[in-house]
Amino acid sequence: MFRFLSQTGKYFILLKKVFSKPEKPSVYLKQTLFELYNLGFNSVGIVTIISFFMGAVIVLQTAYNTENPIYPTYLIGLTCRDMMLLEFSSTVTGLILAGKVGSSIASEIGTMRVTEQIDALEMMGVNSASYLILPKIVATLLFNPILTLLSIIVGILGGWLAGTTAGVITSEDFIYGIQYAFIPYYLTYALIKTLIFAFIITSISASQGYNVDGGSLEVGRASTKAVVFSSVLILLFNVILTQTLLS
Amino acid sequence: MIKVINLEKNFNGKCVLHDITVSFESGKTNLVIGRSGSGKTVLVKSIAGLHEPDKGEVWFDDVLFNKLDFNSKKEIRKEMGMLFQGSALFDSLTVEQNVRFPLDMFTDKGLEEKTERVNFCLNRVDIKNANHLYPSELSGGMKKRVAIARAIALNPKYLFCDEPNSGLDPITAIMIDDLIRELTEEYSMTTIINTHDMNSVIEIGENIVFISEGYKCWEGNKHEVLHSDCELLNEFIFANSMARHLLAPGKQ
Repeated sequence: MFRFLSQTGKYFILLKKVFSKPEKPSVYLKQTLFELYNLGFNSVGIVTIISFFMGAVIVLQTAYNTENPIYPTYLIGLTCRDMMLLEFSSTVTGLILAGKVGSSIASEIGTMRVTEQIDALEMMGVNSASYLILPKIVATLLFNPILTLLSIIVGILGGWLAGTTAGVITSEDFIYGIQYAFIPYYLTYALIKTLIFAFIITSISASQGYNVDGGSLEVGRASTKAVVFSSVLILLFNVILTQTLLS
Repeated sequence: MIKVINLEKNFNGKCVLHDITVSFESGKTNLVIGRSGSGKTVLVKSIAGLHEPDKGEVWFDDVLFNKLDFNSKKEIRKEMGMLFQGSALFDSLTVEQNVRFPLDMFTDKGLEEKTERVNFCLNRVDIKNANHLYPSELSGGMKKRVAIARAIALNPKYLFCDEPNSGLDPITAIMIDDLIRELTEEYSMTTIINTHDMNSVIEIGENIVFISEGYKCWEGNKHEVLHSDCELLNEFIFANSMARHLLAPGKQ
């Protein structure tokens, strides 16, 4: 319990340091652009691949489990759209990014801590927490919604390709299904979740890395903890946000 | 000048620095020596503000540094340079970008002017044709020299060196020591060097403080260090047979 409180306290103290006034906005802007590429653009590949196959599996699973004449086949397209929109593209992509981006952030900052690079920044009079973490948070908040939108599009595309290739649904039915009873608010819901998950992944992972105390073994532990804590918090906030935003 | 008065530092209830009072003069190479684990690094980091002292005062000229708020400390820190034991160069930046980093962060100079300053600092530490190399492509001695170039980029008033020649061969170690001494004199900096290297003690020890188990045991200079009556210091200085043979044949 004491450890939990201590870690929570450290997290909020760090956040206070992160959101203080930057020393030189132009340097931070440059760093943010780098992080947009590093954390955002570099995740496009994995998000595309996973979304494509998940969309395909959703369509095939739905088709094989609703083989009943009373269900119209366009429901397969509708299910694919809603699953991608409501859960998969925000939550599952969030969990995948917690693994990829979270561990990368924790190990990068943790290594900087144990090799005294963070001390070097502090010695120069740079707010190390803000310089290292703020650009990452801003970058993921800006880019993760793009990843979510990409995931929705690619997932639906994967579903369409799998469904029509396997012959479980016609192209017309699928397109009708993905347009049927569309609620635009679902998109807002997905994007709100994405933003909150992006903040959780980046800030929790950065906090684990920043507070590393020891050597390379601790960096590895921090990296694991970053993924575990981010994932658990994503799942917890998924329940809270679903209840809050959809009820 | 840096003055430390009654400094005390604890970690998890264990006192690692006991009531340290010492002055470090500007334009001189001030050495903090002692065995591994004696508290040297903690002392230097407590002075530099990387550790918060539990008791005592740290004065940078006429400013009581350890009682300043975060932002005021940041201002003083712009006048400090530090050379870390492992160099602490930023892995993702090239040599040039590393040295330019403090200039980017704290000056409004144009790129040309900054590059000129970077080249001046790199030339000063005798690093040539390495501007576009990454730290992983440098030798240990080169890393230290680049770290010194970065530390002096903003013309600091105070320079801290944590074991500047650890892991270096004796010739490179002497080159680094000489470089630090020359820069200290040239810029009239207050330099504090934390070391357990006997070559450094003999070569550049203008003011030496000996720390043992967190206590300040002795203070003097390189001429006095060989003739002290402090037993702990003598044990440290004459620990190896070469030192006993060469420095004090009578103590064999």
